[in-house]
Amino acid sequence: MGNEKGKKIEAGLKYTEKHEWLKIDGDTAFCGISDFAQNSLGDIVFVEFTDDLKGEEIKKGDVIAVVESSKAASDVYSPVSGEVLELNTLIEDTPETLNSDPYGEGWFIKIRLTDPGESESLLNSDDYEKLIS
Amino acid sequence: MEIIFRKHKTGKNRYQVPSWEGYNSGLDEKYIRDDLDMPDVGESEIVRHYIKLSKMNFGVDDNMYPLGSCTMKYNPKVNEKFAKSGEFLNLHPLSGDNLSQGSLRLLYELSDYLRKISGMKGVTLAPAAGSHGELTGVMVIKKYFEDTGDKRDTIIIPDSAHGTNPASVAMCGFKIKEAKSTPEGDVDIELLESIIDENVAGMMLTSPGTTGLFDRNLKKIADMLHKNGSLFYGDGANLNATLGKARFADMGFDIMHINVHKTFSTPHGGGGPGAGPVTVVEKLEKYLPVPSVNKEGDKYFLDYDRPDSIGRIHSFYGNFLILVRAFIYINTLGAEGLKDVSETAVLNANYLKELLKGEYNLPIDRSCMHEFVLNDKGFPEGITTDHISKRILDYGYHAPTVFFPLIIPHSIMIEPTETESKETLEKFAEVMIRIKKEAFENPDLLLKAPQNTPVKRVDSVLAAKTPVLKWE
Amino acid sequence: MSYTLLTDSDRTEMLKKTGAGHIDDLFSDIPSDILNVVIEGLPSPKSEMEISELMGEIEKENSCRSVFMGGGIYNHYIPALVDEISSRSEFYTAYTPYQPEVSQGTLTAIFEFQTFMCRLTGLDVTNASMYDGATSLAEAVMMSVRTNRKNRVIVSRSVNPLYRSVLETYCWASGIEIAEADINDFETDYSRLEKLIDDETTAVVIQSPNFFGTIEDIPRVRSLLEGKKGFLISVVTEAMSLGLLNSPGSLGADIVCGEAQSLGNYPAFGGPLLGFISAKESFTRKIPGRLAGKTLDADGSEALALTLQAREQHIRREKATSNICSNEGLLALRASIYISLMGPHLKELGTYNHKAASYLKEKLLKKGFTEVSDKPFFNEFLLRQKDPHGFEEKCSLNCISPGISIEQYYPELNGCYLFCATETNSRKMIDAFIEKL
Repeated sequence: MGNEKGKKIEAGLKYTEKHEWLKIDGDTAFCGISDFAQNSLGDIVFVEFTDDLKGEEIKKGDVIAVVESSKAASDVYSPVSGEVLELNTLIEDTPETLNSDPYGEGWFIKIRLTDPGESESLLNSDDYEKLIS
Repeated sequence: MEIIFRKHKTGKNRYQVPSWEGYNSGLDEKYIRDDLDMPDVGESEIVRHYIKLSKMNFGVDDNMYPLGSCTMKYNPKVNEKFAKSGEFLNLHPLSGDNLSQGSLRLLYELSDYLRKISGMKGVTLAPAAGSHGELTGVMVIKKYFEDTGDKRDTIIIPDSAHGTNPASVAMCGFKIKEAKSTPEGDVDIELLESIIDENVAGMMLTSPGTTGLFDRNLKKIADMLHKNGSLFYGDGANLNATLGKARFADMGFDIMHINVHKTFSTPHGGGGPGAGPVTVVEKLEKYLPVPSVNKEGDKYFLDYDRPDSIGRIHSFYGNFLILVRAFIYINTLGAEGLKDVSETAVLNANYLKELLKGEYNLPIDRSCMHEFVLNDKGFPEGITTDHISKRILDYGYHAPTVFFPLIIPHSIMIEPTETESKETLEKFAEVMIRIKKEAFENPDLLLKAPQNTPVKRVDSVLAAKTPVLKWE
Repeated sequence: MSYTLLTDSDRTEMLKKTGAGHIDDLFSDIPSDILNVVIEGLPSPKSEMEISELMGEIEKENSCRSVFMGGGIYNHYIPALVDEISSRSEFYTAYTPYQPEVSQGTLTAIFEFQTFMCRLTGLDVTNASMYDGATSLAEAVMMSVRTNRKNRVIVSRSVNPLYRSVLETYCWASGIEIAEADINDFETDYSRLEKLIDDETTAVVIQSPNFFGTIEDIPRVRSLLEGKKGFLISVVTEAMSLGLLNSPGSLGADIVCGEAQSLGNYPAFGGPLLGFISAKESFTRKIPGRLAGKTLDADGSEALALTLQAREQHIRREKATSNICSNEGLLALRASIYISLMGPHLKELGTYNHKAASYLKEKLLKKGFTEVSDKPFFNEFLLRQKDPHGFEEKCSLNCISPGISIEQYYPELNGCYLFCATETNSRKMIDAFIEKL
């Protein structure tokens, strides 16, 4: 897998064309933004989740958060539909976590999948590598 | 950091307010504040403070200011002198038409000049800035379709547009469809055709585009839109390129705004005020904001009798004192002078482009209009547009516009304007070329730039991470 | 006259370098049938002396005979220092401070302005200016809608009618509903306002002092909003009042917006003006416009930069907090200089304004005017004239145009005039005016 700065890809995850990742474990999953996304944004200074997200049923493509760097801003979209179980409030307090550990400590939400088939249409790590190269 | 609050010491300020001795107006104490916290500083210290601040600034009067898309041309002093007439400064906007004939005449005549320059029919001078003009223009589009009963909810904006375009459109509740650009910098006309449908109210296009290139399919685009019943909005941010040379109405636009603080030499004031008049074709004239300036016999008046108007968009009539400067500028130059502006601006830009071509990467190699876009391709790893722009500051020039337009990665957009001499352009080119050499021979000069400025590289990440927005 | 600098030989040489034979070759992307169309009817070029003659002629057609006029624009004394310093071309010929290393002057003036306005309004965050008071109100309402996602704004009829017109235009365009709260005895009818407030209310807009000059009961409106999501927007058109009266923030306003022209800027036939928005800290990332923030430079020294730019159109595009780009920065600089010079005397100046207005009112009451309201005011008040026609004729004969006839905005208030007095009006001047009536 790619290891170049800003192009790190974790095998076994699913990806979207808008640079979110999804890590599925049974009927729940974690999601976040890719190394490519954090690197394109630059130093991330602010993360804000969409209001009242916890416990909500959301649809694939809903905005779950907004991420800001000093020079750019981007919405983060949910790669799948489901019930939001947890928000990672750590990234609101220390947004730089997204730069240092996008696939680990820098996750956004934990979600219970309501349509497991949905993730099939996401990109696998090889497809995603092609997309960003 | 120099700041007025640091000079505070109780009792230093000896400014005298006249007194009304022996007269008590009796305002109940409960309305009066007791928490006013203002710095106490003496007059001479205040003067030194602001003079010192002025020396930490950079203006057009200091040196070339090649900030692309901003048209930082010389701001003539004659404009300043006559805009400061007491009869203009002290006139209350509700004085009534009779006492304001001079101001109204000036607005009326300026409207007429802008009508002729754009080739349009209707004019409003009320918008206070370019983006305010955009908003007004998009409101006119909305009102037009409300009036015709044609339900259209989408406006097309190219991927190369200024951020104000989509923001203005969003404020009027329209959806946005993006038009892609070709690698040569034109709108991709085939893709455009595929997104024009019955929901499209209009399209906004900057002309020439934000890459400094005139769209070679412009008339075709206009035809496609008009055939679809859509309106064509021309963003006049780059009017300096075609001033007096070609008219927006002839290019097929139905609406345009004009950035008076770019094209018509009014100073930008470190952020504003500007002015953003809008001109429209005949069928849209009735929708323009109230009031308009009109004339009956030899009397000028503010015309509120406009039942189809979108309404009022400014507290009063717009940025009058800025419009005075534009009026003087047009009168100074005359028709031939205006044409000389665009011809010289375009010649200067092309000449400078030729001097830099070969040394810097030129992503779109075409004859440009009043500005052109380079980028950092070919620079050593780790040195980007950001470093180049900061190093330019070290040489006593303002930096070009960087990282815009978005369609060219790491862009460096250079607009020299018509008020620079051949010698200045050549010196600037030499500096740019020297910076390229430095990047290879002594990259630290770029990585640690700027060094010769009032403050060193400012940490914008820290500023955004922990916002401190007032002095405490 | 012209400001281009190329000689004939420069042009020839430069054209050659670009590979063009003729200047029009550089314009070859423009269809030839629309290129070089002769524009008829533009003025002929002029020398500076001819410009002087022309402008002398135009300015003579104006007549600054209006006196005691407020209503959103105020005639305050401008100290010499303000004009002198703001005429430095390092300030006025600069662009927006995108390169902070060479813009600390502009940034500091903005940062001072932000601080001054926060202190005057009693709120936490102020932007680097808006176009004018009316558009600042429209933007404040849109900020409320963005924040609490409610869509109905209640506006008191005592808010400046021109501001309400502008708000109407913006709300029509962006699909926000407006409800009007009527007036009672020249202030907001609070009991009727209470009935209008519901769960869909995004904000209540009042103005204090209001258009009639009355100091409104902001705490009362605050109490009406208890337990509701709607915000309290307090409009200020006469910023001079902020030096004397309780700050709207301390009385419970969430957002204060309006016009700061009074602080060091001219009436200027209504523009340029100095709009502003101040708000509680929770609006920091929702506020429109530029913000200057404190940070450090590479040497670790304090410095300023434009910040939280991710709110703005050049980054967030259609999702930005506003489309505003150019603002009124130079007027904000003038306000900073003005407030620095007035410093602690700002309150005395406010007191003078109130005294001058009270004195004027007292004298007018003896000259055929009758009182319509005994409500507390700052420097503006309303009086009724029994014989408006005779009054205006007399004024016209004496070449003065005093006050604002407000019947045009409130048809029921026929014969009512809005008067204003400031520190530019001495007792002697007021006496002389009264003499002429």
